[in-house]
Amino acid sequence: MFKNFFATRWGIIGVGGLIGVLAALLQKLGNPGNMGICVACFERDIAGAVGLHRAGVVQYMRPEIIGFVLGSLVAAYIFKEFRPRTGSAPIVRFVLGVFAMIGALVFLGCPWRALLRLAAGDGNAIFGLLGLAGGVWIGTLFLKSGYNLGRTEKTHTSVGWLLPLIMLGFLSLMLIFPQIKGEAKSGILFYSLKGPGAMHASLIISLSAGLAIGFLAQRSRFCTMGALRDLILFKQIHLFSGIIALVVAAFIVNIILDQFHPGFAKQAVAHTMQIWNFGGMVLAGLAFALAGGCPGRQLFLAGEGDGDAAVFVLGMIVGAGFAHNFGLASSPKGVGPHGIAAVIIGLIVCLFIGFTMKKRVS
Amino acid sequence: MSIIVDAKGLSCPQPVLMTLNKIKEIQKGEIIVRVDTDTSKENVSRAAKSQGWEIADVQEKDGGYQLTIKKD
Repeated sequence: MFKNFFATRWGIIGVGGLIGVLAALLQKLGNPGNMGICVACFERDIAGAVGLHRAGVVQYMRPEIIGFVLGSLVAAYIFKEFRPRTGSAPIVRFVLGVFAMIGALVFLGCPWRALLRLAAGDGNAIFGLLGLAGGVWIGTLFLKSGYNLGRTEKTHTSVGWLLPLIMLGFLSLMLIFPQIKGEAKSGILFYSLKGPGAMHASLIISLSAGLAIGFLAQRSRFCTMGALRDLILFKQIHLFSGIIALVVAAFIVNIILDQFHPGFAKQAVAHTMQIWNFGGMVLAGLAFALAGGCPGRQLFLAGEGDGDAAVFVLGMIVGAGFAHNFGLASSPKGVGPHGIAAVIIGLIVCLFIGFTMKKRVS
Repeated sequence: MSIIVDAKGLSCPQPVLMTLNKIKEIQKGEIIVRVDTDTSKENVSRAAKSQGWEIADVQEKDGGYQLTIKKD
């Protein structure tokens, strides 16, 4: 029945494994520790690069994110799956994107990075992953009780092109204003001189990896939140087998590259306040579940024409601005001064959305 | 006349939830499921098969897909 190999069990396992390998290699080639790929962190870095926040250590126009969207766009066109659509409560998706980012930055990573941190021996990731599962579980309760954001409508092709065009714009800015060694600014773009934002593989490698992952993830429908949601909701292990493959592949490559360092203390870009590692990811997991996809999946959906997923992505980028400007994001020293309050407010907002948005579909 | 589940415009997991609810309700027979993305088509097919239903037909319709699933 399936013409699409990547949507089969072996297809999703292969894509998950490849993402794990590429992530571990990207770290070896310059990306930050246990952060070969992190959708939330990299969108946060993009927010920093364009000055939406001024946290000097996390400012870089990450080509991986650009590649994710453009790779998905290419795959969607080649396989005739580009379907411009929008209109399913975009403002709600924006707000969910903001709080998903805030939750992820309290933990210090999106679900992708939580898996990669685990594969590198960071025990703190276990609490983040438990929180993620908890948040997704709450989301499934809402789904079972009728929560949904309503139907999308077909729209102009150009609507589906807007986020890919924004990404092309970001890439152009990076080429027009390239990083200058020792300079914190090049033209209008900000660059980190130290910290995670200063650590990156070369543009061509990062962009190529992003394009490859974007292409394959569009074909396979890879989604870290969907993996947990389908397991909890339908007892289906299809997507879950993809994230298991990611962890196993990244673990093997980490062992080979000497990037596996088991323990809790002094892990790369991580803190040990476990309640808030858990709590931050409960918030992120719930927001992803209510929005219908993990941050990577939202990028791939945006690449295939989903304007609502594009709004979620923009919400995450703006959320990163709030997270750093308001002291909500954590650091290796622990949670930010207002991180705990932000998690509590975010959970209240998500519960409000979950309880009140039960749109009848006949 | 077949029972119709219209999941067009709805994102995952709604099409699967609606299909499984209908499967649970009627136990056997024929259901027509309308979706508008390839992902939803794949997800509904996978879910129906996991319940022992057969994918009898898939047609492109109105920019989306119409799946006919059956259980005798």
